[in-house]
Amino acid sequence: MNWLGKLTWSAIPFDQPIPLVAGAVVVVVILGGVVYIVAKGWFPYLWREWITSVDHKRIGVMYVFLACVMLLRGFIDALMMRSQQALAYRSEGYLPPEHYNQIFSAHGTIMIFFGAMPFVIGLMNFVVPLQLGVRDVAFPTLNSVGFWLTASGALLVNVSLVVGEFSRTGWLPFPPLSETTYSPGVGVDYYCWALQISGIGTLLSGVNLVTTILKMRAPGMIYMRMPIFCWTALSSNLLIVAAFPVLTATLALLLLDRYLGFHFFTNTGGGNMMMFMNLIWAWGHPEVYILVLPAFGVFSSVVPTFSGKPLFGYRSMVMATLAICLISFMVWLHHFFTMGAGGDVNAVFGTLSAVIAVPTGVKIYNWLFTMWGGRVRFETPMIWSIGFMITFTLGGLTGVLLAVPPADFMLHNSMFLVAHFHNVIIGGTVFGAFAGLTFWFPKAFGFRLDETWGRWSAYLTIAGFYVVFMPLYAVGLQGMTRRIQHFDVPEWRLPMIIAAIGVLIALAGVVCQIITLFVSIRDRERLRDRVGDPWDGRSLEWSTASPPPFFNFAVLPQVDQEEEYWNWKQDAARRASLRPEPDYRDIEMPRNSATGVVSAFFATVMGFALIWHIWWLAGVAFVGAYITFVAFAWRDHDEDRVPADVLARADRENRAIRAEALKGYAPR
Amino acid sequence: MASPQRPRQPFGAFALLGCVALSLSGCGTVAVLSPAGTIAEQNKELLLGALAIMLAIVIPTIIAIVGFAWWFRAGNPNARYRPNFEYSGQLELVVWSIPALTVLLLAGVIWVGSHKLDPAEPLEGKGDPLTVQVVSLDWKWLFLYPDQKIASVNQLVAPAGVPLKLELTSGSVMTAFFVPQWGSMIYTMNGMVTHLNLRADQPGDYRGTATQISGDGFSDMHFAARAVSAQDFASWIKGASIGQTGFDEAAYRELSQQGLARPEVRPLVDATLFDDIVSQKIPPAPGPTPDVRPTPGG
Repeated sequence: MNWLGKLTWSAIPFDQPIPLVAGAVVVVVILGGVVYIVAKGWFPYLWREWITSVDHKRIGVMYVFLACVMLLRGFIDALMMRSQQALAYRSEGYLPPEHYNQIFSAHGTIMIFFGAMPFVIGLMNFVVPLQLGVRDVAFPTLNSVGFWLTASGALLVNVSLVVGEFSRTGWLPFPPLSETTYSPGVGVDYYCWALQISGIGTLLSGVNLVTTILKMRAPGMIYMRMPIFCWTALSSNLLIVAAFPVLTATLALLLLDRYLGFHFFTNTGGGNMMMFMNLIWAWGHPEVYILVLPAFGVFSSVVPTFSGKPLFGYRSMVMATLAICLISFMVWLHHFFTMGAGGDVNAVFGTLSAVIAVPTGVKIYNWLFTMWGGRVRFETPMIWSIGFMITFTLGGLTGVLLAVPPADFMLHNSMFLVAHFHNVIIGGTVFGAFAGLTFWFPKAFGFRLDETWGRWSAYLTIAGFYVVFMPLYAVGLQGMTRRIQHFDVPEWRLPMIIAAIGVLIALAGVVCQIITLFVSIRDRERLRDRVGDPWDGRSLEWSTASPPPFFNFAVLPQVDQEEEYWNWKQDAARRASLRPEPDYRDIEMPRNSATGVVSAFFATVMGFALIWHIWWLAGVAFVGAYITFVAFAWRDHDEDRVPADVLARADRENRAIRAEALKGYAPR
Repeated sequence: MASPQRPRQPFGAFALLGCVALSLSGCGTVAVLSPAGTIAEQNKELLLGALAIMLAIVIPTIIAIVGFAWWFRAGNPNARYRPNFEYSGQLELVVWSIPALTVLLLAGVIWVGSHKLDPAEPLEGKGDPLTVQVVSLDWKWLFLYPDQKIASVNQLVAPAGVPLKLELTSGSVMTAFFVPQWGSMIYTMNGMVTHLNLRADQPGDYRGTATQISGDGFSDMHFAARAVSAQDFASWIKGASIGQTGFDEAAYRELSQQGLARPEVRPLVDATLFDDIVSQKIPPAPGPTPDVRPTPGG
């Protein structure tokens, strides 16, 4: 018996300098970081305050931090792909196909599952309880487990950089190419196990947020008083709860094929690859709305705030959000019109796909009319928002174009398609994520991000997006297929070079983001948000201090109308006094728990062992994870009492500052 | 609380980007928009029609976004501030009807287009349709002409103006068949047959390609699609049978090994070859052997 399964020294790519050097740099940076933290004596603090924290705000921040690191990693893949294709006219470029195919597969996987997803989940985690006026989420420890399982998945994907290889079959592993016959290596296994583990994390997070929104709102916060961000979060998480089990089941079937010789999707034995196509897109199409709905929520918070007036058409917005949530489950077949299913099937799915443009269009018009009659301030979150409105409208146009089956017959799997989905995912989710990051950063850390550098990063990123993807649209119309490693058509060369220049502009945007962060931390006293309401905000998160105390609200706010905080603020300014001091009572808050990080540690080990067929280790890790769960289930002390005078002290301090700030505030 | 800052002007950047997009439209042949066959022509018309319908509302919308944001900027003394404007029944009606009407129009285009341009729909043309059986392999294309008894690798030759009846399958992984200037693409799948009807109208050499990632040699998986006159087609058929060994199951198994291939034409001696591939009587291609790497430019 081989104690290490398939794992041998040949798994480390000693003969390939690019992945080896990249992997070595990552390992050195991570180890260096760990050593530095331990040497500085920060580890106990990190363990106590962050790693084992079950505070939704801390978990939200960690999600966003993970997302930013992974966005950087995915962006490096993007740089490599753009430079390869710029060099690849009648040339092999510098990345051989077996490496290039891993890079575009890793780019898509990382950007969607470990960049965009954690970013929007992080924002929802941080913001939703604050906007609902409550102290925590429904299942705080489950929340921590969800985060750490996502981090496990991200870790496994990055381990594949150094040990073994990653999938070469694209960001979705279409069989039969992904079956053992055609992909005998460990790449697809890395993909599947990383996504199985992080997928469970995402599902837990979805269950948690749905329950939070349905069951835990401040007194008087009826559904029709919730901010739109909470509505979009509800829709997004309902989609997670409905769709992620489909992903898990689909990948489980593929794993059965690969590990136990089943024939769900194989060429032979009655398998059918189109069943995989149907199942994966039954998850995959809702997934794009899971990503973009929270971004819509961000813009519905940002545009009214920076226009100084309420959101136009609140009820329309709610209806549009729910309509998108429902219809997004009925359009999956438009991802494979070219299967040859026939006119009726294509017509029905094409029409339904175009129908989604109606509620989405309504949203765009509602944001437009929110600006009408406003006093629009072009601070960084608003620049991202206007960039989004224009860019997303274009992306919607090309999307509906692809929903016309005969047009799709010409453009499916082309660079036009690549340009389209980047247009909506970057123009929607990524711009939304950065708008949300700039908007809520002061709430999380107590100081704003630097405006000048922030604006530069927004301008450069938006400009970079256009210079990369407009040529990709053009080259798609010139018949260029996606995922090609080299080409010999002279017309494609210039657009590829322009796109490579574009990605450098986007790189400048990324550098500006990093500078923004450094400058803001350095100048944090200048950028300090003392009151807790840096943007003249409208919803309840701005009614507490920045950063909020761990219990969010000393007393849960009583909600009597939409935009409770805005109206409360106008009222207080008119009367020139705050509401009378509330009656402070003792509360209970959940205790920290290492369950999340420990079970995720075992999950990572189990995933790695399964990938390399180290069966005994997989068994040990599974038992470890189970014991962790049992130990948690048998705990008998899970909440700590917070005495009323602690709450009173914190609240009185904030009330004093707010009373002071109110003197200079002109009511609208 | 926050003091409104003096706004700056974010719109210069957007104007600049539009120019970049426009400057690109001038370069080279735009394959999808330069059809040489009836299906490509009709697909293109539908594509441009749908684009025109949408541009009719998208352009005004984008202008409105820029215009509203600019006019209602915080520093503009002429703009009227209406801090409580949040609902208007008439506007709501407009807001829902504009996209709804546009989509209604598009739904008509989609419905008619999907049926009329369904790939399985037979076409009219000069004379009887020509049947070609297409097999995608790692990483080459095999074209079988059952009536002419010809097997051609990486070269699809068709008489111009004659309806082309393609039956497609895969001998290996799933991929997709596409000649942009002739028309629609379609998947090829092992154990299944898809149907595609095309007609090449203008004689010439065109580019055909695989559009679904199929492994390491995917980038080289293209073929020559040639539309020729009836005489040239006849002489091409005749030339194929001279001095060449026949293409049979053994030759197919050889070809189905992973790797690239040069174009070649041989007489087809095995009449049931396509059916045997579809029915898996000939099993699907074996996939990679341990040391296979695609040889570039082969």
